[in-house]
Amino acid sequence: MTKACRVNDMVIRFANVNGTGSASANDLFSKAIFRMGIPLSSKNVFPSNIQGLPTWYEVRINENGFLGYCDGVDIMVAVNPQSFTRDVASVNKGGYFVYDSTKKLHPDLIREDIHYIGIPMMQLCMENYETPRQHQLFKNIVYVGALAALLRVELEVIRQIIHELFSKKEKLIPPNVKALELGANYALEHYSEPLNVKVERRDNIKDKILIDGNSATALGAIYAGATVGAWYPITPSTSVISAFEKYCKRLRVDAETGKNKFAIIQAEDELAAIGMVIGANWNGARAFTSTSGAGISLMSEFLGLAYFAEIPLVLVNVQRGGPSTGMPTRTQQSDILICAYASHGDTKQVLLFPSTPADCFEMTAMAFDLADRLQTPVIVMSDLDLGMNNHVSPPLKWDDKRQYDLGKVLNKEQLEHMEDYGRYLDVDDDGICYRTLPGTHPTKGAFFTRGTSRDEHAKYTEDAATYVRNGERLQKKWQTTKRYVPGPAFHQPKSEHALGVVYFGTSNYSTLEAVDSLARQGIHFDVMQVKAFPFNDDVKNFFEAHEQVFVVEQNRDAQFRSLLINELGLLPNRVLSALNFDGMPITAAHILKQIIKQLPEMKPAGVNL
Amino acid sequence: MTYIKSKIRHPKQPKNSIGYVKADYEGALSTLCAGCGHDSISAAIIEACYEMSIEPHRLAKVSGIGCSSKTPTYFLGNSHGFNSVHGRMPSITTGANMANRDLIYLGVSGDGDTASIGLGQFCHVIRRNLNMTYIVMNNGCYGLTKGQDSATADFGSVNKSGTENPFPAIDLAGLALELGATFVARSFSGDKTQLIPLIKAAMSHRGFAFLDVISPCVTFNNNMGSTKSYEYVRDHIPATAAHEFVPQEEEILISYPGGSNTSVRLHDGSSIQLHKLNANWNPIDRNTAVNRLQQAKINGEILTGLLFVDKDSRDLHEVINSVDQPLNSLRKELLCPGTSALNKINDGLR
Repeated sequence: MTKACRVNDMVIRFANVNGTGSASANDLFSKAIFRMGIPLSSKNVFPSNIQGLPTWYEVRINENGFLGYCDGVDIMVAVNPQSFTRDVASVNKGGYFVYDSTKKLHPDLIREDIHYIGIPMMQLCMENYETPRQHQLFKNIVYVGALAALLRVELEVIRQIIHELFSKKEKLIPPNVKALELGANYALEHYSEPLNVKVERRDNIKDKILIDGNSATALGAIYAGATVGAWYPITPSTSVISAFEKYCKRLRVDAETGKNKFAIIQAEDELAAIGMVIGANWNGARAFTSTSGAGISLMSEFLGLAYFAEIPLVLVNVQRGGPSTGMPTRTQQSDILICAYASHGDTKQVLLFPSTPADCFEMTAMAFDLADRLQTPVIVMSDLDLGMNNHVSPPLKWDDKRQYDLGKVLNKEQLEHMEDYGRYLDVDDDGICYRTLPGTHPTKGAFFTRGTSRDEHAKYTEDAATYVRNGERLQKKWQTTKRYVPGPAFHQPKSEHALGVVYFGTSNYSTLEAVDSLARQGIHFDVMQVKAFPFNDDVKNFFEAHEQVFVVEQNRDAQFRSLLINELGLLPNRVLSALNFDGMPITAAHILKQIIKQLPEMKPAGVNL
Repeated sequence: MTYIKSKIRHPKQPKNSIGYVKADYEGALSTLCAGCGHDSISAAIIEACYEMSIEPHRLAKVSGIGCSSKTPTYFLGNSHGFNSVHGRMPSITTGANMANRDLIYLGVSGDGDTASIGLGQFCHVIRRNLNMTYIVMNNGCYGLTKGQDSATADFGSVNKSGTENPFPAIDLAGLALELGATFVARSFSGDKTQLIPLIKAAMSHRGFAFLDVISPCVTFNNNMGSTKSYEYVRDHIPATAAHEFVPQEEEILISYPGGSNTSVRLHDGSSIQLHKLNANWNPIDRNTAVNRLQQAKINGEILTGLLFVDKDSRDLHEVINSVDQPLNSLRKELLCPGTSALNKINDGLR
C-alpha cells in the first residue's frame, strides 16, 4: 500500500496526567522540531489542579507558518487511560493512536478508520530502570523517542538538547538518552512502514526564538527599568513575576554589594498589589503588577484612583476564561470592556494588545514610557494562550541608544525658578501636567495627591466649574494619548476590497489563515490588526473604507466590537463578528465558518456549513 | 475652601537647628469640628517634626479615607501627601517606601480605615515590618457618615443615638503586638506631653512603629456611656511610664526621683527614656506588654505610653536585600542590561 505522505503539516496531541513530568518531555519534542528549522506552535491544555487529572499538550507543525490552534489530531500520543475514550475519538480519520501497550487496549477503543501503534512504554522502563519515580519519568522520554523515530525527527538533535538540559547534572544524561533510544528502537523495529505524515529539516526558523509571552513580558519590564514588582499569585499571570524574579536575579544584582536593584513584594491580595505599584510610581520608581481574572475586578478601585489622580502604572492582564472564577486555565479575550473603562465614574484606560512574545517584550517596555508620559495606567492585554505557551517569535530586540521617557517630572532646579507650581495646571495645552516627586525641594512643589475632586493646585474643591474643567482636561489628555499609542498594522499596502477583517492579540495566526483560505476561494478581505486603545483615526478610516468589517475576538459578547462602535461612532450593522469563547484559542476553521455564514451570497460552491 | 491662614508671623519666632520656624511645619486650616481630638494630634505632629528638625520634604504623609485621613492637609504643608482610598494606605506606603527608602513615611489612618476595611493591609504591613510610623486616630466611630459604631468601639459603649454596642472591640495595639509589630505605643490626643515624645520615638524607630491614639469625636461619640469620650478617657488612662525623647546629639541627663528608670536606644542613635510607673513591665519584652495590656482591659482601663519596642528590628529593605540607594534614583545605565545581554538570552531560547 502506498500512502501520500504529508510533510511538515500535522497536529500531534499528547494526552498526559498532570504532575508526572510530561511537560518537559513534550517541550523536548517541540524544541527538536524547532531546531530542525520547522515552524510550530504548542498549547498546554491543563486543569486547575496540582496532580492526577488529565492534561493535553498539542503541537501544530506547519512549515508555512500557520500556527493557530486547530481542531482535529493527526497523531495522538495517549499516555493517560483516564482520557482514552475521548482521545481515540479526537483522532482524524486516517490518523494514528500511539499508546502504552504494556496493557492491552480495551476493544471498545478500537476504531476501524485509524491506525494503532502500541509501544510498551511502561514495560520498557520496568526492564531498564529501578524506581517507580524513574519508571514514570522515563516513560515520557520513551514516547518522545518512539514518536521521533516514527516521524523521522533527527534523534541527534534530541540528544543534543538532552545534553544541554542536563549540562549541570551530567549523570542524568545517559539514562535520558537511553530512554530516548529504547523508544526509538522499539518503534523502528515494530513499525518499519513509514507513516502518512513526517517531518523534514527546513530553514524556516531563521533567527527566531522559542519563548512564552510571560517571560518576554518580564524581560520587557526589566529592560524598561522597572524596579518594583508587586503581585498576588493567580493563574495565568503568575509566571510573569516568576520570570521577572528569575531574570532580576541574573541581571539586576549589584556585583559589588550583592544587593538587589529591585524589590518584589508578594502582596496579601490584588488590592494591595496594585496599591504598592501606585505608591512606588507616585514616588518615582517604575513599578508594575500582573494579574488575571478576578484580579482585574479587585484592582478596579485603584485603577480609578490612578486615572483620576494621574499616577503612572503598568498592569499586565493575562486574560483567562471568565466570568467569576470561570475557567482559570483556559484562554479568552473577555476583559476588554472592564479594562477599557475600569473603575466607577467616567474613566478610560489605555490598553495595548500584544500578539506575539516579541510584542509582549516591546509593548511592556513601551507601556512604562506611555504610563510616565501620560501619567495614567497602561494595561497590557495578554492572555493565557500567549502568556503560558511557547511560541516561535522574532528575537527580542533592544536599542542601546533608547532612552526612558520619564515624562513631565520637575527637578529641584526647575522648581527653584518657578513662581507658581500647580500639579494640575495644563501648561503645555496637551492635557498632561507636571509632576513633582516627594523629596525634591524643601519648600516648593509639594502637593497633596488625592482621589477627590481638586483644583489646578491640587486643593480639594466641590466647585462645579473646576470639576468640569478638570474632566475636560482629562478628555484632552485622552486625545493626546492617541498620538502616543501604536497605531494599527495593515496586511496590505492599501485597502482595495469591500470587506475587511479586524483582529487583535492572539487571534493573529487563525485570522490570517482564514483570510488566506478565503482568498484561495476567491473571497478577498483587507486585514487590520489593532494594537492599542484609544483607537486613532487610522482605525476609524479602515471601517469607513469598507462596507462590512468582521471583528475577530475570543469572547461571547463581542466586547471589542462594542468598544469600536462606541468609541468610533460606527454603524452597528456594518460591523460583524467572528467569535469564540470555549476557552480554547480560536481556530481558522471557526473564523471561516462564521464569516461565510454571515455572507450567504458569497458562499463558494462546495463549502459545507 | 475659603478659609485662609494668616501669613503674618512674629519676626523673631524661634527657629529649629536647621533654620525652620514652626510655621514651616503647619498645613492648611483644619475643617474638622471644633474640639476634635484629631486636631490635637496634628498639632503634636507639627511640634514633633519641628523639634526633631526634620526637613519637610524628607517626609511623606500618606492616609486613607475618613476624618483622620483628611488631617495630613492640616500639617506639614511643605511635604508631599497622598490621600489614597479607604483602608489602603499601607499598600501605598509600602510601594512608596520600596521606591525611596530615604524618606520618612508618616501614615495616618482612623479606626474605620484600619480596623474594618483596612484590617488586612494593616496586618500585612506589620508582618513586613515596613519602615514607617502608623498613627491611628481612634475615636470608635464613623464621623463622616454620622456616627456609626466602628470596630474599635468597646463592647457596651453607648453611642450618641443611645444604642449599646453589642460587639467586642478590636484592640489595635494588642493586635499589633500579637502580629509582631516592632514598636507599639498608645496615647491620648489630650496628652501632648506623652504624645509628642512617642511620635518622635516612633519616627526614630527603624521598622514598623504603631501609635494608637485615642482621639474623641466631639460630635458623635463624646456622650455619657461612651468609652471614647474625653471624660471617660481622662478618668481611665494609666500609663506605662513617663516618657522623654532624647535626640541623638544630646546626652541623657534627665533623672526621675524614685520609681525605676530605663532608656531604650533607637536605631538613629536617639533614645527614649522611660520613668516606669509599673515594675512588672519591660519595654523590650513583648510578653509583659501583652500581659499589662490584657490586665488593663480587664480593669476597664486604657493603658497608654510605650508598650513595646524591638530595637534590633530588621525592616523590609533589609529582609529583601535591596540596594542602599533609593530605587527611584537608579538610572537606565544601572537598570537596563543592554543589547549584549539580550542577545545572550535570545541565544538561550533557540
